[in-house]
Amino acid sequence: MPWRLLRFALNKKHPEPRMFTHHEKLKSSYDVVIIGAGGHGLAAAYYLARDHGITNVCVLEKGYIGGGNTGRNTTIIRSNYLTPEGVKFYDESVKLWQDLSTEFDLNLFYANRGHFTLAHTDSALRTMRWRAEVNKHYGINSEVVGPEVVKEAAPMIDLSCAGHSPILGALYHAPGSVARHDAVAWGYGRGADQRGVEIHQQTEVLGIDVQGGKVKGVKTSRGYIATNKVLCAVAGSTPRILKMVDVKTPLYIHPLQAMVSEPVKPWLDPILVSGSLHVYISQSARGELVMGASLDPYELHGTRSTLDFVEGLSTHMLEMFPFLSKVKVMRQWAGMADMTPDFAPIMGMTPVEGFYLDSGWGTWGFKATPVCGKTMSHTLVNDTPHPLITGFSLDRFRNFALTGEKGAASVGH
Amino acid sequence: MKILTCPLNGPRPVSEFFYWGEVRPMPDPAAASDDEWADYVFNRNGAPGVKREWWCHTPSNTWFIAERDTEKDLVLKTYFYPGEE
Repeated sequence: MPWRLLRFALNKKHPEPRMFTHHEKLKSSYDVVIIGAGGHGLAAAYYLARDHGITNVCVLEKGYIGGGNTGRNTTIIRSNYLTPEGVKFYDESVKLWQDLSTEFDLNLFYANRGHFTLAHTDSALRTMRWRAEVNKHYGINSEVVGPEVVKEAAPMIDLSCAGHSPILGALYHAPGSVARHDAVAWGYGRGADQRGVEIHQQTEVLGIDVQGGKVKGVKTSRGYIATNKVLCAVAGSTPRILKMVDVKTPLYIHPLQAMVSEPVKPWLDPILVSGSLHVYISQSARGELVMGASLDPYELHGTRSTLDFVEGLSTHMLEMFPFLSKVKVMRQWAGMADMTPDFAPIMGMTPVEGFYLDSGWGTWGFKATPVCGKTMSHTLVNDTPHPLITGFSLDRFRNFALTGEKGAASVGH
Repeated sequence: MKILTCPLNGPRPVSEFFYWGEVRPMPDPAAASDDEWADYVFNRNGAPGVKREWWCHTPSNTWFIAERDTEKDLVLKTYFYPGEE
């Protein structure tokens, strides 16, 4: 052990800068309270401070920074969605992603890999064509390619998928990328922290004080905070918070599981997704294969993972890549996905004045982290939804005006 | 493998079952206002707790009710919808 480290360990006021400032106490009031120190919450705090000069902000986190769905996703970033609202929104996010490492002075391992959504049926191929045309219309790089292009990009693939689900083509999206997910939360958190935002970990929200339809404060496990604005960015815990403010939404929670293999030599450059086989796979910078499947089939508010999931996913994975049969699974985990009926998020204002929602991020939230921070901070400051999120308002259900994004869910749910 | 008890077939692997959400009373479509109807169609009680849910044993097409704690992942009991035994 280096002596320097020991000296710091024994010295209470060591000068080495830490990633985040530790705050002993909560203040009695803040201009804005953000619930959830994941990527979305911290990004909103960051843009509030950087773009709007609002720094009297507190981010409350029940667990630790980035310990929820920010650290549980499979790190895929893309913008090849189906609806014009979705395409424009995610495209803005992809653009923001590309500058983040420089902006944070922190290596996010942002790697542009290319993204193939495989079609095994005629109807899937038709949806790919539809998505490609919508994408191209908005200037996004997507095209339908034949099986030979898939084979060239991933030579180890069995194009017949064990003979029963032959690959007919794919939607190729060149900007598809992966990034190191925890670092995104750390980067936004440190940026917000340096600008004066307070991040309080291990602080649970127990209630929200609403009087006359307006937010007045937040009850936490470490005391009461007075505030007029609360942003809820807690993914799978959203219904628990909504119960405190008595707001009804269509959100329902299903677990989404994922797993990684032991590290192997680099052999897979692109990201591959198959809706029919319920598989997505990419290889991380460490060489691990990062793999996911579809949602668990019933509601559950927990993060326990199951053997059924590993069995099912491995079966389909071997249909695509038979040579993986000797590779071992190293870790598996689950996250709580807050699903919506139309597979689009629920963002913006709510019937409670001063209570803002960034939710409904189901299985598609990681890629949206930067643009959510940007648009939610704008919404909080101006008290009117950012133009990019008007299609995602909670009102759309009451008005029977859904934003049908289901066709673009990367794995059929 | 999780096991769920079907009131007709006894304990079976959960992969044989289909989940169809919480039991919710339907408002009268003719009398309900647009808001009441939208509330029924879209809104859900997403918070964790003990819920009464519709489940179906797919090989035998047996529909029944399960009372389940959605936070602890425990099935408390399963039974037929009253009057459909």
